[in-house]
Amino acid sequence: MRKQSPVPTEFDQPFYDACNEERLVIQHCPACNRFQFPPRTMCPRCGASNLTWQQVSGRGRIQSRVVVYDSPVSALIPDQPFNVATIALEEEPDVIMLSHLPGVPVDAVPIGATVEVIFETTPATGQKVPEWRVVG
Amino acid sequence: MPIPIAPHSWHRNREGLGIWEGRGKVVATGVGTSPTARRWDEKPETSLGALTILAIRRAIEDAGISPDEIDGIVLTPESTTGVSNDPNSPAPEGWSDVFKMVDYPQAGITRGDIDWLLLNMPELKNVQFKMNGPVCMSVAFTTAAEAVSRGLTGTCLVVRGWHNLAGRYYVGQGAAARDTASGPGKYGGIWGMPACATTAMIFEEYCNKYGKNHDMMAPFVVEERRNGLMNPDGFFTQHRPEMITVDDYLSGRWIAKPANIYDNDLPIQAALAVIFTTPELAKHHKQKPVYILNHAQTRPELQGAIPTLAEWERSSDKMGRMLYEGAGIGPEDLSFENMYDGFTLFHQFHVEGLRFASRGEKRGYALDLYQTDISIEGPNPVSPSGGNNGNGRTRWWHHRDSILQIQGRSPSQITRPAEYGVSGAHMPNFCDALIWGASVE
Repeated sequence: MRKQSPVPTEFDQPFYDACNEERLVIQHCPACNRFQFPPRTMCPRCGASNLTWQQVSGRGRIQSRVVVYDSPVSALIPDQPFNVATIALEEEPDVIMLSHLPGVPVDAVPIGATVEVIFETTPATGQKVPEWRVVG
Repeated sequence: MPIPIAPHSWHRNREGLGIWEGRGKVVATGVGTSPTARRWDEKPETSLGALTILAIRRAIEDAGISPDEIDGIVLTPESTTGVSNDPNSPAPEGWSDVFKMVDYPQAGITRGDIDWLLLNMPELKNVQFKMNGPVCMSVAFTTAAEAVSRGLTGTCLVVRGWHNLAGRYYVGQGAAARDTASGPGKYGGIWGMPACATTAMIFEEYCNKYGKNHDMMAPFVVEERRNGLMNPDGFFTQHRPEMITVDDYLSGRWIAKPANIYDNDLPIQAALAVIFTTPELAKHHKQKPVYILNHAQTRPELQGAIPTLAEWERSSDKMGRMLYEGAGIGPEDLSFENMYDGFTLFHQFHVEGLRFASRGEKRGYALDLYQTDISIEGPNPVSPSGGNNGNGRTRWWHHRDSILQIQGRSPSQITRPAEYGVSGAHMPNFCDALIWGASVE
C-alpha cells in the first residue's frame, strides 16, 4: 500500500534510522520502567525527560482491527477497503502500534494472533516504517 | 495580551479531593442557541462570529438580565474538528464592513475570540474576567465553574461556536493529500484511519471481550435521533427532519467497520452561550438556577499510538468515582445521563464508568441497557438531549440539555423528575464532566 513517507525530525531520528536498519527501537522511561510509542519529549506519567531508546523484540499480538472504507489519506483511497489492526507489543501490551497486516484479507484479521515486525519502504522518500505479519 | 487558560490547580483530576469547594456556589441560568447550518455560506451574517453574538444575546435575554451584569467570559476558541483555513488567511471581502477586526484575521470566521466579541458587542462593557477553555466547551464549563466559585466573576458567559467549511471531512485535504507526513500524524496517520477508527477499534475490542456486537447499538442511535428531532434548535429538526430506523442504521455505509455513517456526528455550524452565576445573583434571573455540584477531568495516558480498551475503562471508571465523590451523590441519584456521543461507539464507556442504570454490573452492560427502555419516558433516560448524533456536532447539546432538563423546559423533557444529571465530553480518557443538580440538598 502506498503509505505517506514520514519525515523524521532531529527528535525522532533514532526511531526512523533504526527502521531503515530494520530494527524496532522505542522510548523507555527508566524511572517508570515503561515503554512508550509514539516518541515524546518526556514520559507522560512521571515527566522525566531522560528517556532512552531501546530495541524491542519486534513481536506482538493483534489486539483489535477495523476495516477502513473511507480514509482521509488520498494515497490510500485506491486500496479501500483495507485492514488496520492494533498491535500490542510483547514487552508491554499497553504500547500499541498500527498495521495494515499485509496479505491478510479484509474482514479476516485473526484477533489474538502473534505477529512479528517487518519494515515497509514508503515510496515518496524511501523511509522505512514498521509493519507486521502474522506468524501464528 | 494573551487570554489565559485555567491553571492546573483548578483541575479536579484525582480521587480523594472530597466534596468540591465550589459546590453550592455556582449555578447556570440563561441559555442561548444560534440557528444551525450544515456549512458556512461565506456571508458575514451567518459566520461563526455572527452566530456566537446571536447566542450570547439570546442567553442574556433568556436569563432576563442586562448585558451590563456580564462581568466575565469563558470561551472555547477552537472551532471545527475538520480541516480549516490557514490561521493567517485574510478575512473575506466585505467582512470588515460588517465586523470590527482584531489582529487575528480568522477571528469570528474559523476561531472564537473574546476580544473580537467584545469589540463587536459594545453592550458587554463590564467584562473584567476573560479566560479560554481550550479544545472543548466542557473545558469552558469547568473553567467557568471554578472562576465563579472563586469569586473571579459574578455573572459569566460560557461560549462556544462552531464553523464548518466546504469539503469532505478531512478527506484528501491538507496533510492527508500529501505524499509525506509530518507532525504527530506521521506515527499513526499514515495508516489512513478516519477520525472514528480509533473508537471503532476499541469498540471492537469491547465487543470481543463482552460478547456484544454492533447491531446492539441500533436502539441507542435511533432513540438519539428521536430525541434530537424534538429539539427545535437542533440541526436535524431544522434541516433534515427525518427519523431513522433500525434498518437504516444496520444498512448504513461503513466508514471504518464497525463504525458506520450513523456512528459519526455530523459537523455543522452553530453557537451556544450559557450564563453561570452565583445563587445569590441568580435570584433575579428569569430562569430557575441549576447548581453545578462538581466537575472533574481525565487526560490520556499516552503510552501507545492509540489508547487501549483497558485505558478507556480505567479512565472512565475514575471519572465516575471523582464526580460522585465531589458532588456527594451516587449513581443511583442520577435522573439522566447526557455524556458525549459522537462517536456513538464510545458512549457506553461513559455510561459504564458512571455506573448509570447499573444493576450491580461494572462493565459490559451498556449495550444490554440499550435493548431496554432508554427513552425519555422510561426509567433510565440515556442521552435525552439526542446528543450530537441527534443534533449535529457541537459537543455542547448534551450540556445544554442537562441545564434545560433540570429547569424543566427541555424540548425532550424526561418524564421522571429531573433532579440530578451528568454531562461531559469528549473521549472516555480525555474528558471534562459536570454534575448538575436542582438543589444542593
